[in-house]
Amino acid sequence: MAVQKLPLAKALNESLRKALETDPKVLIMGEDVGKLGGVFRVTDGLQKDFGEDRVIDTPLAESGIVGTAIGLALRGYRPVVEIQFDGFVFPAYDQIVTQLAKMHARALGKVKMPVVIRIPYGGGIGAVEHHSESPEALFAHVAGLKVVSPSNSSDAYWMLQQAIQSDDPVIFFEPKRRYWDKSEVDTEAIPGELHKARVAREGSDLTLAAYGPMVKVCLEAAAAAQEEGKSVEVLDLRSMSPIDFDAIQRSVEKTRHLVVVHEAPVFYGSGAEVAARITERCFYHLEAPVLRVGGYHAPYPPARLEEEYLPGLDRVLDAVDRSLAY
Amino acid sequence: MTVESTAARKTTRRSSGTKRTASASTSTTKKTSTRAEAGAVEPELVQLLTPEGERVQHPDYDIDLSAEELRGLYRDMVLTRRFDAEATSLQRQGELGLWASLLGQEAAQIGSGRALRDDDYVFPTYREHGVAWVRGVDPTNLLGMFRGVNHGGWDPNSNNFHLYTIVIGSQTLHATGYAMGITKDGADSAVIAYFGDGASSQGDVNEAFTFSAVYNAPVVFFCQNNQWAISEPTEKQTRVPLYQRARGFGFPGVRVDGNDVLACLAVTRSALERARRGEGPTLVEAFTYRMGAHTTSDDPTKYRADEEREAWEAKDPILRLKAYLEREGNADEAFFEALEAESEALGKRVREGVRNMPDPDHMAIFENVYADGHALVDEERAQFAAYQASFADGEVK
Repeated sequence: MAVQKLPLAKALNESLRKALETDPKVLIMGEDVGKLGGVFRVTDGLQKDFGEDRVIDTPLAESGIVGTAIGLALRGYRPVVEIQFDGFVFPAYDQIVTQLAKMHARALGKVKMPVVIRIPYGGGIGAVEHHSESPEALFAHVAGLKVVSPSNSSDAYWMLQQAIQSDDPVIFFEPKRRYWDKSEVDTEAIPGELHKARVAREGSDLTLAAYGPMVKVCLEAAAAAQEEGKSVEVLDLRSMSPIDFDAIQRSVEKTRHLVVVHEAPVFYGSGAEVAARITERCFYHLEAPVLRVGGYHAPYPPARLEEEYLPGLDRVLDAVDRSLAY
Repeated sequence: MTVESTAARKTTRRSSGTKRTASASTSTTKKTSTRAEAGAVEPELVQLLTPEGERVQHPDYDIDLSAEELRGLYRDMVLTRRFDAEATSLQRQGELGLWASLLGQEAAQIGSGRALRDDDYVFPTYREHGVAWVRGVDPTNLLGMFRGVNHGGWDPNSNNFHLYTIVIGSQTLHATGYAMGITKDGADSAVIAYFGDGASSQGDVNEAFTFSAVYNAPVVFFCQNNQWAISEPTEKQTRVPLYQRARGFGFPGVRVDGNDVLACLAVTRSALERARRGEGPTLVEAFTYRMGAHTTSDDPTKYRADEEREAWEAKDPILRLKAYLEREGNADEAFFEALEAESEALGKRVREGVRNMPDPDHMAIFENVYADGHALVDEERAQFAAYQASFADGEVK
């Protein structure tokens, strides 16, 4: 198929298909992933083509899904688990944090945990409670886990396969409000490294660092800023654990201004980590404190208020202005 | 004596549970008749050896062991108890930070453990020292985590014995997933998951029951009901006898006398064979008693009566098998003396092994956090190494 324009969800579907074809040990597990093809249709058609033994509809029990995936990994399988929505991951949080993350270290490296946990996350689709959260910092804080999030179809296609090939557990956050956005996927390209950031737009006055659903907002903000004569660079971090601080540092040494943008609450969020580390690394390069734009320290609001809660173009541009005004 | 004290305890602590037991399953009738024949202590308990060491028959669980095999089980139990006692002493001497004693549960662990084949896989809690013993895990390896030199310390695949799991019940799901993998591989091995009566309250254990039943996984859930989850008695966990839980999930449950090594062996063997035949999971409830504290941090005198322990001491699994060996002339004085010497040697080996156990290298903090590496770990490892190197006298190494 080589180069094709695909919606992000379809790119994930193609990626899973490729993984199932390539490695007989890869399994898909989750609620409704079989006949229905997942509530977002990311696993559409896979059970039909690969059978119920490889695309496994599970009981409605998140801890059970992750816990049995750990057992399957111990037996040599590579389970790719789907958690239906961000807010539903918490029943499995214990298995992920106390078991999955630590198994390799506890066994002194003798066992590997190649488990991928796919989580559709973030807001912007008018959903009900527990369907719009961004809990990535809670996972990135845990040693033993890797945490990534694609922002476009090409990354969705490649990063998911790289996550499946990894011998470490990977929490794969899918920006659900971008599922239907189309962009180009080259299935014969040589993909970038899973945990390297990508310069999504070059600029010289200020760096916007974002990941997942916020990359698009930042690109729009950079385009708007351009009209006001400001050259804004946009970094797509792609990985929240580890974070590619070298890439951020390179950009900040050039632009001397950094604004980090994410949907998750700012307080204790991944932006705080980026701000602290970049302040250490770039203290003499920075011309303004690192600013953060994100959600508030409040439960994710009802759908009719989410546009106020989520960082939009204006809030990002306001932070750009504040940073450049120092 | 034993009968009376158990009955008395049941009226005070388990009266509602007892009633439900009596009127529950169809198999109860059969087992009640067995009780009448054998004079056993619990109507629903599978027993092959009475507390007095008399061999009794059970219609569903027959077992015929050679004198050598019987002596082997006895040896396993004696050495496991000795190891456990040594570890308790080592904790008291400050060599271990904590110890979870298995005192009283030797029959449940040795009986079930000896039912396993080499290619079966074990998922233990943190108290399965007897099962580890029969799997051939070096006992000193079990002490590393209690001494604080590691969080596991053995390769689970070298003995098909997974790492100890401290979070209650988590391992039952790992066992179930592993068993699902066995089915996918078309293999005929089986998995055994150990847990306690307290764990039966955990969501994970109930989810493991659900998954194993739905996928017909070859797993045996071996619950050692030792009557206490730290200070919480079994009636704070359940209103029905634990083995009866299985029925609601769609697979059989059986209660075995957990202080009877022959019954534990027979019942577990039967459950494993069922799993191998593709007939799915079984819940075995080994009705036993933790004679010591939950761990060395705990004080059982605060929550349970001395009489209770005394009643259970009369059902000691080791004395029971010894009485049987002597009664049948299956072991002579020379055997017991040789075992005593072996026991002493094991104690010495464990003691020296622990005292000579080296502290881990400082850099071990950063080892095996990730299989594929992680930039932040690499960065922090380098910082830590530089910091250590900054001590001029080089003492820290």
